[in-house]
Amino acid sequence: MPIADWFKARESRKYTPASDKSAPAEVPDGVWVKCESCKHIIYEGELVADQRVCRHCGHHFALSAPERIGSLVDEGSFVEKDAGLSPGDPLSFSAAKPYGASLDKAREQSGLNEAIVTGSAAIGGHDVVIGVMDFRFVGASMGSVVGEKVARAFEAALSQRKPLVMVISSGGARMQEGMLSLMQMAKTSAAAARLSDAGVPYISILADPTYGGVTASFPVLADVILAEPGARIGFTGPRIIEQTIRQKLPKGFQTSEFMLEHGMIDSVVPRSELRDTVGLLLEYLSAKGGER
Amino acid sequence: MTRRFVMEFERPLVELEDKIAELRTLDLTDKPDLATEIAILAQEIDQLRHETYEHLTPWARVQIARHPDRPKTTEFIEALFTDVIELHGDRLYGDDEAIFAGFGTLSGRRVVILGHRKGKTTKENVRRNFGSPHPEGFRKAMRVMRLADRFGLPIVSFLDTAGAFPGIEAEERGQSLAIAESLAALSQVAVPVVVAGIGEGGSGGALAIGFGDRLIMLENAYYSVISPEACASILYKDSSHAETAAGCLKMTAEDLVGLGIVDEVVPEPFGGAHNEPEAAFVAIGERISAALDELDGQERATLVQRRYERLRAIGVYA
Repeated sequence: MPIADWFKARESRKYTPASDKSAPAEVPDGVWVKCESCKHIIYEGELVADQRVCRHCGHHFALSAPERIGSLVDEGSFVEKDAGLSPGDPLSFSAAKPYGASLDKAREQSGLNEAIVTGSAAIGGHDVVIGVMDFRFVGASMGSVVGEKVARAFEAALSQRKPLVMVISSGGARMQEGMLSLMQMAKTSAAAARLSDAGVPYISILADPTYGGVTASFPVLADVILAEPGARIGFTGPRIIEQTIRQKLPKGFQTSEFMLEHGMIDSVVPRSELRDTVGLLLEYLSAKGGER
Repeated sequence: MTRRFVMEFERPLVELEDKIAELRTLDLTDKPDLATEIAILAQEIDQLRHETYEHLTPWARVQIARHPDRPKTTEFIEALFTDVIELHGDRLYGDDEAIFAGFGTLSGRRVVILGHRKGKTTKENVRRNFGSPHPEGFRKAMRVMRLADRFGLPIVSFLDTAGAFPGIEAEERGQSLAIAESLAALSQVAVPVVVAGIGEGGSGGALAIGFGDRLIMLENAYYSVISPEACASILYKDSSHAETAAGCLKMTAEDLVGLGIVDEVVPEPFGGAHNEPEAAFVAIGERISAALDELDGQERATLVQRRYERLRAIGVYA
C-alpha cells in the first residue's frame, strides 16, 4: 500500500464509527448521521444539501418547520403570522407527565411556541398562505393552538383569496387537552369546507408520520393531496390495530404508497420535486382565478 | 333469580346486598337479636348505596356508559319516534349496521335520525362491530345528512360508540377521509342539528356525527378524545391506570359543560339509565324537542354561520 493511501485509509477509519449498535455515541453529533432506513453513514453537510433525503436509499428524514419552509418556498418570501399564540393547560393535566412540563421541554427543544408555523409566502412566484407542522413539538399533536392557527390560516386564505398550502406531520390529537383537542378536528374541517366552497385552491402535503385525529380532518380535505415517499399515514396507529385484530399487519401497510394504491391521495412526490410540483399545481388551480 | 351485571365500582355494595338478601331468607321468629342486626345492616347498606351512586367518579360513569343493559340508540329511537323509515347503504361499498340513518317523527316533527348502533345480543354486536363504524358507515351518515339538508329536515344524532373501527379494511377504505368528509358535511348542512350523547363518545368516530347547534348529554355519558384505557397505556404503559386517566381527561358531561362544549346535562334515573330506561327516554326526548323548538325558524345561512362560530370559539390559548 503506497504511503499516501495508508494515510487516506487511516483518515476514513478515524471517522468510521463502530457498527456496534450499542455504541451510537461514536457517531459525532452534527457531523455524521446514520440513515434510519439503509443504515449508511451520511455526512451531515451532504444530508442538508439533499434536503435531508438519504442519497443511498432515498429515505426522507423529518424536517423541522423552518427547514421545510426553507426547502419549499421562494427564498426570503416567508412572513410568519400568529407566532405568539401559546398553549395553556386547560385541564390542568397532571397524569404521569404533567402537560406543562412537556410544553416547556418542547419549547426549549424546538424554539417554537407550538407545533405549527403559519404565515404567507410565495411558491414558484405564486403568493400563498402556508402552514407547516413540526413533529418535534409534542409529536405535532393538535390542541387548541394548532387548531386555532390552522383555522386562521384557512380564513386568511379565504379573505385574501390566496391558495393555501399545508405541510402535515402529526401523531394526532393532543390528548392532554382532552375534548378541546378533539373539537379542533371539527373546527379545522369546517374552516376547510368554507375555503372549498369559495373555490380557493388548497394543497396538502403529508409527511411522515400523519396519524389519528389530524389525518381525519383538514389534511385530507384538500383539493390535491400529495405525500412524501414512504411516509406513514393512517387513522388508527398500527399497534392498536394489531391488538384489535390479533395479527401482524402486512408490509407497507399505511404508507404513502398504500394510500396511493387505495385511491386516497393524488400523488407521491419526492421532496426534491415538491416545490416544482406545487408551483405547477398552483398554475392549474389558479388558471381561472378560483372565482365562483 | 337471574344474575344482574355488576360494575366494578358497585361490587362492594352488591356483595353486601347479596348477603342481606340471604339473611332475609332465614326463619327469624325465635332470633330477635339477629333481626335487629339485619335491620342495622340494611341501614348501612342504604347509606353505602347513596354514597356509591350520588357521587359517581368519572371512572364509575364510564362503566355506567358501557353497561350492557344501558338503553341503546335503537331503543331511544323506538321509544321516541313514530313512522321510522331506515335508510341503508353508502351507495359506494355497503351498509354498515354500526350506524343508523333514517327518517322519524318526534312529537309530530319530521326529522332525520343518525346514531351509532350497538347491539343487544352478541350476534347483533358481531354484525354491528359493537357500534364501531367502518368508512361506509360514516359515508352513509354523510349521504343522509345531505338528504336532510336538501329537504329541510332537522337532524337528531345519537352518540354511542367506543370509536371508529380499528382494522385493516377500515384503513384501506379510507377511515380518515370518511370521518373528515363527514365533519365537513355536518358543518355545512343548513338545517338544525341536535346531538345527544347517550353512552360512549369515543373520539373521531363519535365526532363524525357528534357536533351541531346543540349538544346535550345524559349525565353518565362520556365524550373523549381517547379512551381512558388507551390514554393510560400511553402515559403509564399500563391500561390499569384507566381510572386516573378518566379523571384527567375531563370527559364527563358535567366537565364538558365547564369547557364550553356541552350545552346541557340531562339527569339520569338513580344509579344509571339502565335502572329505568323509560325515564331516560322521556328526559332525552323532551330536551331534544326543546332544542329543536329553539332552533326553529332560523335562516339557513344563519344556522350554518352560528354553528361555525360555535366551533371557532372552542379552544384555550394565550
